[in-house]
Amino acid sequence: MSGFPTLLYKEVLRFWKVSTQTVGAPVLTAVLFLFIFSHVMEDRTRMYDAVPYAAFLVPGLVMMSVLQNAFANSSSSLVQSKMTGNIIFVLLPPLAYWEFFAAYVLAAVVRGLAVGAAVLLVTLPFVEIQFRHPLWIVAFAFSGSAVLGSLGVVAGIWAEKIDQVAAFQNFFVMPLTFLSGVFYSIHSLPAFWQGFSHFNPFFYMIDGFRYGFFGVSDVHPFRSLAVVAVFLGVISGGALAMLKSGYKLRQ
Amino acid sequence: MTAAIEVRDVHKRFGGLQALSGIDLEIPQGEFFGLLGPNGAGKTTLISVLAGLAHADRGSARVMGHDVRADYRAARRSLGVVPQELVFDPFFTVRETLRIQSGYFGVRHNGAWIEEVMQHLDLASKAEVNMRALSGGMKRRVLVAQALVHKPPVIVLDEPTAGVDVELRQALWQFIRRLNRDGHTIVLTTHYLEEAEALCERIAMLKEGRVVALDSTSNLLKRVHHLFLRLRLAGELPAELRPLEHGSTAEAHMLRLKSYDDVEQTLACIRRAGCRIEEMELAQPDLEDAFVEVMQRS
Repeated sequence: MSGFPTLLYKEVLRFWKVSTQTVGAPVLTAVLFLFIFSHVMEDRTRMYDAVPYAAFLVPGLVMMSVLQNAFANSSSSLVQSKMTGNIIFVLLPPLAYWEFFAAYVLAAVVRGLAVGAAVLLVTLPFVEIQFRHPLWIVAFAFSGSAVLGSLGVVAGIWAEKIDQVAAFQNFFVMPLTFLSGVFYSIHSLPAFWQGFSHFNPFFYMIDGFRYGFFGVSDVHPFRSLAVVAVFLGVISGGALAMLKSGYKLRQ
Repeated sequence: MTAAIEVRDVHKRFGGLQALSGIDLEIPQGEFFGLLGPNGAGKTTLISVLAGLAHADRGSARVMGHDVRADYRAARRSLGVVPQELVFDPFFTVRETLRIQSGYFGVRHNGAWIEEVMQHLDLASKAEVNMRALSGGMKRRVLVAQALVHKPPVIVLDEPTAGVDVELRQALWQFIRRLNRDGHTIVLTTHYLEEAEALCERIAMLKEGRVVALDSTSNLLKRVHHLFLRLRLAGELPAELRPLEHGSTAEAHMLRLKSYDDVEQTLACIRRAGCRIEEMELAQPDLEDAFVEVMQRS
């Protein structure tokens, strides 16, 4: 039998054992964002002409949590294992490079979805929200967390110190998620920044995810899904190539 | 019969350092084999090549007939490695660690064997304790248990007793000997040469990435032709014996002699000098002497 299910189980168990930090803390952060932003913006703005700002904000916060936590899971697990040396426990067994990749990415997806679901559950009593196209919600949550899980694998393999992963998170993942339309529709931006946003792959994840709730989006969801799929293919390809060659893992 | 380990012309370079320079080695199944050498000789690199942690630049390595690159799954299933570094996963208990390690090798429902391994390594009472809370010696025991959890036919122990107390050392060797009797091939690297001498049937000595000696332990000991005479004297050692001194201490003189004939001449010399012998002991060369001699010659 393959060791893949055990590696997946271990990666899920790893974050679950510290769920206060890995699930509870991001949920609290998202709820604080919701209360502060919705309080400040509620009377001023209606999104897509009819949607109250708080209702508009919730899917964005959910997806932001999904993406950031998916990235954090695979990247921190790998870099910690490398630094402590216990990465050897997963390098000695007969695991194929793609099994290694699939286990880390799927565990990141599980964490992303768990945090996203928790944020949604906690915010539901405070906002009235629709679920127009649930399949689009699932499709974007799953593909978006897979992209960030794969990106976390790349960062975790590349980084040699926790600081480097933190830099990746703070200077790449965080700005791209904040500038992807979590807090606003890109139609509210000047023309230049609207165009610029189309080069941000995170924008398509959040826009497509939001379409699942309201049936309205800045870009058609099929186009968004295609962009996310291409991005997933590129990042996964890079991660798989790194793992196959043994880059920074096998000498 | 297929060799447990077969290494052919393995080369490995790390930047400017040639870690392995054409290693050839064949270890039959069921053997208790020692891999000795000074720090930086290439022992751990060779183990890394066998375990798939490092890829050889040239040459081939097989475990139970399975190439470590082309047929890596079968090769890794056949191998259990106790790493030199004291590493652990701080998220899990001892039992979880062993169950997870077993699962990585595709071995499910392995509870009975895990219990047995824990019993033999005196870990049963710590089964539910988090790895972080264990002492260094206990963590070392878990590393050994992790290497054995999938019952590999070949077990490699890379300095398993470094910094370990006498109790664990004895328990560990008792268990490893039993595994060897049951047919497991054991490859051991250690800096405790008395351990290698007591346990290993055959020994390879490595220096600067090359095998400089490969023979049975008894043959390696025979290579050393000198013997040692340990003396405690009431008085000064005669000046003509001083060149023979080798590792003398404040309490006793240690003289290195070429043969038994020299013993009589040495004693006669002491008598002539009017010295009284308070204590005397004749010591056979041990593996450490053989090791030093091989390293000096090569």
